[in-house]
Amino acid sequence: MSARADNRAAAALRALGIAAWLTVLAQAAPASEIPLPERRSGYAFMRAETRAMQDDDSANPGMLWVLDGDRLWNAKAGAAARACADCHGDARMSMRGVAARYPAYDAARARPVNLQQRINLCRSEHQQAQPLASESRDLLALAAYVGRQSRGLPIAPEVDERAKPFLEAGRAAFQRRQGQLNLSCAQCHDDNWDRRLAGNAITQAHPNGYPIYRLEWQGLGSLQRRLRNCLVGTRTQAYDYGDAELVNLELFLMWRARGMILETPAVRP
Amino acid sequence: MSTARALINVPATARRGDIIDIKALISHEMETGFRRTQLGVPIPRDIITQFVCTYNGAEIFRAEFHPAIAANPFLAFSTIATESGTIAFHWTGDNGFSATESAAISVA
Amino acid sequence: MRAAGGIVAGIALDSATQPVAAAEAAITRAAPGARPAVLSMLEAIQRTVGGTSINKGRVKLELPPLVENGNTVGLAVRVDSPMTPADHVKAIHVFSEKNPQPYVVTFRLGPRAGRASVATRVRLADTQTVVAICEMSDGSFWSDSVNVVVTLAACTEEL
Repeated sequence: MSARADNRAAAALRALGIAAWLTVLAQAAPASEIPLPERRSGYAFMRAETRAMQDDDSANPGMLWVLDGDRLWNAKAGAAARACADCHGDARMSMRGVAARYPAYDAARARPVNLQQRINLCRSEHQQAQPLASESRDLLALAAYVGRQSRGLPIAPEVDERAKPFLEAGRAAFQRRQGQLNLSCAQCHDDNWDRRLAGNAITQAHPNGYPIYRLEWQGLGSLQRRLRNCLVGTRTQAYDYGDAELVNLELFLMWRARGMILETPAVRP
Repeated sequence: MSTARALINVPATARRGDIIDIKALISHEMETGFRRTQLGVPIPRDIITQFVCTYNGAEIFRAEFHPAIAANPFLAFSTIATESGTIAFHWTGDNGFSATESAAISVA
Repeated sequence: MRAAGGIVAGIALDSATQPVAAAEAAITRAAPGARPAVLSMLEAIQRTVGGTSINKGRVKLELPPLVENGNTVGLAVRVDSPMTPADHVKAIHVFSEKNPQPYVVTFRLGPRAGRASVATRVRLADTQTVVAICEMSDGSFWSDSVNVVVTLAACTEEL
């Protein structure tokens, strides 16, 4: 082949390569984040009947767990025979604002922990009690009770320099295509919220009411349970409860929802 | 399951002759008996079958539940405030389930 | 025959679900292979009501036409009744067309209720008709029915 033909062939190949690379870039480009003023709670996507269930404390099934949590807060536990109340007093005062800033960086563990992990750390370190199992009724009840004390407050996770790498890991997880369906969280919840998936509204996926009473579960559950459900729904291997990846994602989601009002215990379909 | 918790909503005070609204919500899975485990083994029925509300001992409302009642059963009904006293709620069901709650009402 | 016809005529089943004539024929002939779910709701209603005919009116069954989630559906029944000792609602029976079994709930009221207005939450297995039948103190029966669309959650969850 002549040198000119070679050059043309090479140029054509280069153009093809660039085009291919641009396509790859486009697919890998982060989805557009929702502008802060356009963020809406999952509450806004529900029907009037479901909203009414959440609005009435005497009809919200999540309040049954809050009642349980109140009892557990005041019950002596562990070898130290100490109740949460013995150190923290009246939760209505001492726990006000706490759930709104979790997951929070834990210096001793050098990573963020979520509220359930914090409760279990308290149990083992200060009450000398066995940690409560993930998604157990007692752990959910305490999380719901503590969460209830922040209802009405704006979400405000504290993300300092130490927590930033974990926030970024959570953001990367949110934007990463994964699983058999090769879907990222962002594709539904940043790019296609307010559209419908098989008759159900796609929300913006803000965790501003956890633990929630989910009609699909007919019970109360944590954000981690919901995330695992979504992962299975997109045909992705779900992380185990308590996995660091899940906590990073929780941190990112709470940061993404910063300023939105906490609704715990929320009702969701 | 753990201890049954119930949330009841009865006004603390009322005028004689007023119709008052009552709400009762109790924690219970209401296992229908129609579900199966992932291995196909039927999960036995375990539901609340009856709810009775009494006002100073006299029955004012009763509900008979079937498996179609949703988990954590909720009821809203009404009664006429006749006298001060106690409004009591009693749930019974499969496997000897029994729960009782009550609220005091002051009627002027 | 007359009783069966009375019951079927008193309940406005969605004509797309079960033609009235076919349902009536199914009851009288008990034909095998006739839609068992519909037949069993009608049978359950017949057992509750006995031979009395059912009137339409006075009862209002409130259900959302499209439910958020079939596991928990708010249901309310209101009856136009003075609720006096002489004229009151004795009972409200609710039936389901397509659940695994047709009985949903029975509320027992009396003149002490003040008004005939009850609410609860039910499970609905599929898009179907729900029927409320009210039993009055004078022995008469009144009914209302609602067609409800039930969808499944979008993502199948196993955890």
